[in-house]
Amino acid sequence: MADHIWLIPFFPALGFIVNSALGRRTSKSFVSWVACLAIFLSFLVAAAVLWEFLKLPAEARVFERIVYNWIASGELSVNIGFRLDALSVIMCLVVTGVGFLIHVYSVGYMHDDPGVKRFFIYLNLFVFMMLLLVTGNNLLLMFVGWEGVGLCSYLLIGFWYEKDSASDAGKKAFIVNRVGDFGFLIGIFFLFISLGAQGVWTLNFSEIGENAHLLSGGAATIITLLFFVGAVGKSAQIPLHVWLPDAMEGPTPVSSLIHAATMVTAGVYMIARLNFLYSMAPDTMLIVAIIGVLTAFFAASIGFAQYDIKKILAYSTISQLGFMFVAVGVGAYAAGIFHLMTHAFFKGLLFLGAGSVMHAMSGELDLRNMGGLRKKTPVTYWTFFIACLAIAGIPGFSGFFSKDEILWRAFSSAQGHPLIWLLAAVTAGMTAFYMFRLFFGTFHGESRAAEEVKHHIHESPRVMTIPLMILAFLSLVGGYVGIPHILGGDNAIEKFLAPVFGAAAPVAATGNFEIISAAWASAGDAGHDGSLELALMVASVLIALAGIAVAYVLYVKNPGLPGRFAARFARLYHWVHNKYFVDELYDFLFVRGILKAGAFLLKVVDEWIIEGLVNGTADWARRAGDRLRQVETGYVQEYAFGIIVGAVIVVGYLVVLPMF
Amino acid sequence: MNQTFPLLSALIIFPLAGALLVMLLPRRNAFLIKVSALIWTLVEFALSLQLFFTFAENDAGMQFVEQRAWFPELGIDYFLGTDGISMLLVMLTTLITVLCILCSWKAIEDKMKEYYVSFLVLETAMIGALCALDLVLFYIFWELMLVPMYLLIGVWGGPRRIYAAIKFFLFTMVGSVLMLLAILALYFHYGGATGIYTFSLIELYKADIPAIKQYWLFAAFALSFAIKVPMFPFHTWLPDAHTEAPTAGSVILAAVLLKMGVYGFLRFAIPLFPAAVVAATPLISWLAIIGIIYGAVMCIMQTDLKRLIAYSSVSHLGYVMLGIFAFNMQGLEGGIYQMLNHGISTGGLFLIVGMIYERRHTRMIADFGGLSKVMPKLAVFFMIVTLSSIALPGTNGFVGEFLILLGAFKSNMLYGVLAASGVILGAVYMLWMFQRVMFGKITKEENRGLPDLSKREAAILVVVVAFVFLMGLYPGAFLKKMDASAAGYLKVMQAKTAVYTAAGADAARLTAAK
Repeated sequence: MADHIWLIPFFPALGFIVNSALGRRTSKSFVSWVACLAIFLSFLVAAAVLWEFLKLPAEARVFERIVYNWIASGELSVNIGFRLDALSVIMCLVVTGVGFLIHVYSVGYMHDDPGVKRFFIYLNLFVFMMLLLVTGNNLLLMFVGWEGVGLCSYLLIGFWYEKDSASDAGKKAFIVNRVGDFGFLIGIFFLFISLGAQGVWTLNFSEIGENAHLLSGGAATIITLLFFVGAVGKSAQIPLHVWLPDAMEGPTPVSSLIHAATMVTAGVYMIARLNFLYSMAPDTMLIVAIIGVLTAFFAASIGFAQYDIKKILAYSTISQLGFMFVAVGVGAYAAGIFHLMTHAFFKGLLFLGAGSVMHAMSGELDLRNMGGLRKKTPVTYWTFFIACLAIAGIPGFSGFFSKDEILWRAFSSAQGHPLIWLLAAVTAGMTAFYMFRLFFGTFHGESRAAEEVKHHIHESPRVMTIPLMILAFLSLVGGYVGIPHILGGDNAIEKFLAPVFGAAAPVAATGNFEIISAAWASAGDAGHDGSLELALMVASVLIALAGIAVAYVLYVKNPGLPGRFAARFARLYHWVHNKYFVDELYDFLFVRGILKAGAFLLKVVDEWIIEGLVNGTADWARRAGDRLRQVETGYVQEYAFGIIVGAVIVVGYLVVLPMF
Repeated sequence: MNQTFPLLSALIIFPLAGALLVMLLPRRNAFLIKVSALIWTLVEFALSLQLFFTFAENDAGMQFVEQRAWFPELGIDYFLGTDGISMLLVMLTTLITVLCILCSWKAIEDKMKEYYVSFLVLETAMIGALCALDLVLFYIFWELMLVPMYLLIGVWGGPRRIYAAIKFFLFTMVGSVLMLLAILALYFHYGGATGIYTFSLIELYKADIPAIKQYWLFAAFALSFAIKVPMFPFHTWLPDAHTEAPTAGSVILAAVLLKMGVYGFLRFAIPLFPAAVVAATPLISWLAIIGIIYGAVMCIMQTDLKRLIAYSSVSHLGYVMLGIFAFNMQGLEGGIYQMLNHGISTGGLFLIVGMIYERRHTRMIADFGGLSKVMPKLAVFFMIVTLSSIALPGTNGFVGEFLILLGAFKSNMLYGVLAASGVILGAVYMLWMFQRVMFGKITKEENRGLPDLSKREAAILVVVVAFVFLMGLYPGAFLKKMDASAAGYLKVMQAKTAVYTAAGADAARLTAAK
C-alpha cells in the first residue's frame, strides 16, 4: 500500500478532471456519481492503509512516497510527495468518509439546481485540496492544500454568484483567510531560514521533526506563533472569525463539509502536525489555549441570540473549534484530533439536518418561522436529536468522550489551568443550551410557518436521509474509540496517535503557573485514583444537563420567557445579537481605511505630486522653448555673434581647463 | 549546430524579413496579411524552441555567441549571445508575439498592413535587445523598440492615444538619453584606463571604475531602466499607455517591454557598477516594496479595467525588483521566473479584457456585472488567470512569488514581511474586480446578449492557461535552464561587491575610530 498512497488525493483530482472535461456533454447524474465514486475510492485506499497500519508495529506506521521534484532553487528543494502516518490516516478517513456521505446527500439536495455539475466539480476539487493538505509530506505542499481549500471555499460560498450577498461572503472568506495565510507564509520562511542557519535546509516534515531541537526556544516561539496566525484564519478563531458566519451563504452541504467537518479544522491539524515545534514553545501554547477558550465562550454567547439556524450552527462550529484549540494548546493533541473527528460526525450531521429542514420548509432558515417539525420529518428529527445530544456531551454519545477528554486535560495537564477548565466547562453548558434552543424551536411546539409552506413540509428523499442515519450512527458510537481509562476503556485513539505525538513529550511546567500547578499537582495525584477526574466529569455532565433543562423551560414550557429576558437586558441583547459589532469595527478600520488611504494616495501622490512634477517639467520645457525661440530672430548678425560666443567658450574650456 | 548555424541572428532577422514580406503584400488582401504574419511568428516561435532545447543548462556562460567586427575603429561589434537569464525572455517574446497576432485578428481593420509590420519590427527589436552583448548594438535595439510601440499606441490606440503615446515616448526617451551618455562615459573611461576602446559588454565587465563615478553612471542606467520597469515613482506613464494601447499593444507592453527594464538592470546596471549596487540596494528595495503596496492600493481605487491591470503590473514588477536585489538564488531565480509569469498572467488578463472590450467597447468596471451568466467559458479562463495573478499555489504565480519572498526574507526579514502583505492586497483588488465584472446579476441590458468565446479566442486562452499550470506544477523545466547562469551571476556579483562592502566596512571603522 505504501507505494500507492498518492491514490488518495489522486481520485478526487481525477474526478475533477473527468467532470470538467466531459461535464458539458454528459448528464447531471453522471457527473454526480462520478464525483461520489471518486471520493469513495479514496476512502477505500485510506481504509486499506489503516488496515495495514494496524498490522504493523506502531513505529513502522509511516508511509512516505515522493512523486517528483517540484521547486528547486539554491538551498531550497521541495518535492511533490505524500506522507501517511497515524495522524494523516485519521484525517483522510474523516475527510473521505464524511466527505463521501455529504457528496451522496448533495446528489439529492442539489438535484434541481441548474449549477449542479459545477457544484460537484468544485466539491471534488475541494476534497483533492483537503487531502493534499493532510497528506503532503512538506510544509509547502501543505500550504498548497491550505490555499487550495480556501479557493474552493471561496468558489462554493459564492456558488450562487448572482446573489451579491453570496459573492461578497466568498470574497470576504478568501481575504480574511489570506490574512492568516500571510502569517503561515512568513512562518514557513522563518522556519526555513532558522533551520538553514543551523545547516539544515528543509521543509520536509520528517526532517523538520528530526532537527527541530536545533532551533532556539525564541525561534520556536516566533515560528509557532506565525503558524498559529494561519490557523486562526483558517479555523475562524478570534479575531479572524468573521468570515465563517457569512460563509453560510453557500449551499448547505458545503457548510457541512467545508465549514464544519473538514476545512475549518485544518488549523487544528496543522498544530497537531507540528506538535514537536509547539511543544518547544510553551508561551505559544498558552496563547493557543487562551485564544481557543475565549473563542469557544465568545462564539457560544453569540449563538444564544441568533435566529438563522445555519448561523447558529456556524457560531457553534467556531466555538467547538475553540475547544479543539484548547486541547492542542494544553498539549493534548490526541484529544484535539479526537474531538475533530467526533465533531466532523455530529456537526456534519447537524448541518445536513438543517439542510433537510430547509428542504422541508421551502428554504426557510429563520427559527421564528419553524416549530413542530417533529412529526412530519421523523428521520431528520431523530438524527438531529442524536447530534444535539452528542454536541451537548451527554454520556454515551461521541461528543461526551472527546469533549470530556479536552476538559480533563485542560484541567490536569502541565500546560492547563483550572481557569481554562472553568471557562470551557461553562461554555459546554452554553453549548447544550443553544443547541437545544435550536432543537426545540425547530422541531417542537406549534408550527409558526406560513400556510403555504406548511402544506409542503415533507421528509427528504432517501438519498439524503441515509447519510443522515449513517452520520447519526457515527455520532452515537464514534466516541468509543476513545473511552478513557477511568471508565474502563483504553483510549485506543490516543494510543494509535502516540507515535506521532509521543515524540513530543509533554513539556514540563515552565513557571507560568508554577504555584498553581504545584497546588494542583496533589490533585493530579488524586487523579490517579480517578476520583477528581470522575468528579469533574460528573460536573461537566451536570452543567450540560442544566443547559438542556434551561432550554426546555424557556422554549418548550414557557415560550414567552425569552422575549421578556431580551427586553429586560435590552442593551446586552443588542450587543450579542449584533455579534458584538466586530464586523462593523473591521469595516470601519480596514475596508474604509484602505479606501480612504487609496483615495488620498491616488489624488495626492499619483495625480498631484508625481504627475505634477512631470507636467511641471513639461511646462518648464515648453516655456524654455518659447524663450529660446525668441533667440531665433532671423538676423544673421545675431547668429554669428552666438557662434563666436560659443566658440570662445569651447576653446576656453579646452585650453584653459587642462592648465589646472 | 550552434557553432555553424547563427541561431540568434536568425531569430533577430527573421521577423524583420517577415515585415518586408508583409509590406510587399497587396493591401486589399487582408486575410493574406494576417495569415502571413501569423505563420511568420509561428515559425519564429518554432525556431526559438530550437534555442530552448539545445540550450546547455549546465553552462553558466554565454551561449550561441556570435561576434563580428562591425566598426572596428570604434570598437563596435556585432556581438550576440544568450544565457539562462535572457534565453527564457526570448522564449516569452516569441510566444507572446504569436498570441498578439492572433488577438488582433478582428480588432485591427484599419491600416492593417502597417500594424503587422510594426509588430514584426517590434519582435526583431525585442529579441535583439535581449541578445545584444555590445552596448551600441543594445542601444540601437533598445531605441528601435520605441518606434513601433509608439506607433501601436498612437495609431491604433484609444481616444487619448496621442497623449499616451507622447507620454510613453518622452518618459522612455529621457531615460534613454541619460543611458546613452553613460554608455559613452563608460566607453571613454575604459578606453582611457586600458587603452582598449570597446563597447563589448563582456570586456567592460572587467572595468575598474572609481566608486563615485560608478554612482553617477549607475544612476543614469538605473533611471532609464527604472522608468521602463516601471518602478515607483516613475510609473505614471504606464496606466495611460496601457489604457490607450490596442489589446495586443497592452499585452506586448506588459509581457515583454516592461521586462526590458528589469533585464537592463540584470545585464548592465548591476554587473557594471557593483559599488553603486551596494550603495543603492536599500533604496531600490524600498522603492520596490513601496511599489508593491502602492500599486496594489492604487488597483483598489481604479474604475477602469485596463488601468487596474496596469497598476497591478507596478505591484508585480515591484516583486521582481525586490527579488533581484535580494542577491540570493531564490530571489534572483524568483525574480526571473516572475518576469515570465507576469508575461503570461498579465498578458492573459489584457487579452481577456481585450476580448470583453471587443464586445462592449467599454473598459469601465461599472458597465459590467454578471458576465459569468452569458460568458461561462470566458469566466473559467478569467478566473484561472486571475488566480494566477494572485499567486495561488498550483499556478505559475505562486512559484515566482514564493521564491521572491523567500529570497527577500533571507536577505532582510523586514523586506520579506512588508512585501508579503502585498499577497493580501493582491487578493483584495483582483477578487473585487472579478466580482464586479463577472458575478452578480446582469444589470445592463447591453450585456445580456454578449456571445461567449469564439474558437480563436478560446485557443489563445488555452495556451495561456496551459502555461499557467505547466509553470505552476513543473517549474523545474524552466528553473533548471536558469540555475547555472543564476548561480554564476551571483558568484561573480559576490566577488565584485565584496571589495566594496569590505572597503565600506573599513571606512566605517575608520570614521568610527576618529
